Amino acid sequence: MSDTVGIVIVSHSQDIAKGTADMVREMVGDEVKVAFCGGNPDGGLGTNVTLIAKAIETVWSPMGVAILVDLGGAEINSEMAVEMLPPQRRDRVVVCNAPIVEGAVMAATEAAGGSPLEKVRSVAEELSAS
Amino acid sequence: MIRLEPAMLASLIAAGAEQVIASAPELTRLDQAIGDGDHGANMKRGCEAILSKLDAIAVLPTGQAIKSLGMTLVMTVGGASGPLYGSFFVAFGEAIAGGRGLPEDLAEIFAAGVAAVASRGRSRAGEKTMLDVLVPVLETLRDDTGRPDLLQRVRATAAESVKRTAPMLATKGRASFLGERSVGHIDPGARSSCVLIHAICTHLEAHS
Repeated sequence: MSDTVGIVIVSHSQDIAKGTADMVREMVGDEVKVAFCGGNPDGGLGTNVTLIAKAIETVWSPMGVAILVDLGGAEINSEMAVEMLPPQRRDRVVVCNAPIVEGAVMAATEAAGGSPLEKVRSVAEELSAS
Repeated sequence: MIRLEPAMLASLIAAGAEQVIASAPELTRLDQAIGDGDHGANMKRGCEAILSKLDAIAVLPTGQAIKSLGMTLVMTVGGASGPLYGSFFVAFGEAIAGGRGLPEDLAEIFAAGVAAVASRGRSRAGEKTMLDVLVPVLETLRDDTGRPDLLQRVRATAAESVKRTAPMLATKGRASFLGERSVGHIDPGARSSCVLIHAICTHLEAHS
């Protein structure tokens, strides 16, 4: 399997994150690596920098990683996780400004075709153009 | 006069963390009105994590210790307030580690923290956030450092600034989804900033 951009789904709810990842696998297939995480460090609703960093690690590819988030805290915590990556990886991970479910499906579809990170991101972000 | 001797660093951190934990129910109440109701629980979790490793944090040089408590908040809070408060303390600690001295450079050190919060949240004062307390407090530190009543002035600025968030329209964070309905409620992040600043002032007054 050739490398593709990896997808990380970060929701406040582990159920939403998992459900979104399930939809991506169902609709796009298994050729794209997808990781998900949700919940605060106590397991309640929220997000967790450590889990986000692990999810990025799980799907890491030299092509890069696109992160889809739900609400503000997920975005800020994802940015924090990206900043904590080694410098050579930091520039290869983006947080997409897109709705989480639709964005994840679109990003994964684009990634499956072997598109580069910037293309994956822009396709996901077209959804939030207003 | 504000002094931050290493020996009192642990007790100062503990005083701040304990006061935030004690205020958790109030912060939750405020956040239920205009946010998602987790600010109290999140801040409590972060502060408990700090208290649990306080001995290890407090033996570090002051700048490193404050950076370390910032990273602890980033890793344990679980909401947007983790990276926001975390970035404040990381930048605050880095300013000290980079050679700024307390108490004389307090305003500049505090300014580094405020800049980090603004950058992390892509926000500025006037948007009904913790910056609406931090920015006025920074102005007081800039204007009044060296005055004998600095702590009282900081305390008053923080308290007045929280109240001023009530009529503001939220344009950042979860409260922004409420639009006009956010008006009339004080901001939970502004309130937690005030709680922390008051706890630190009280501790410094009692030990100076």
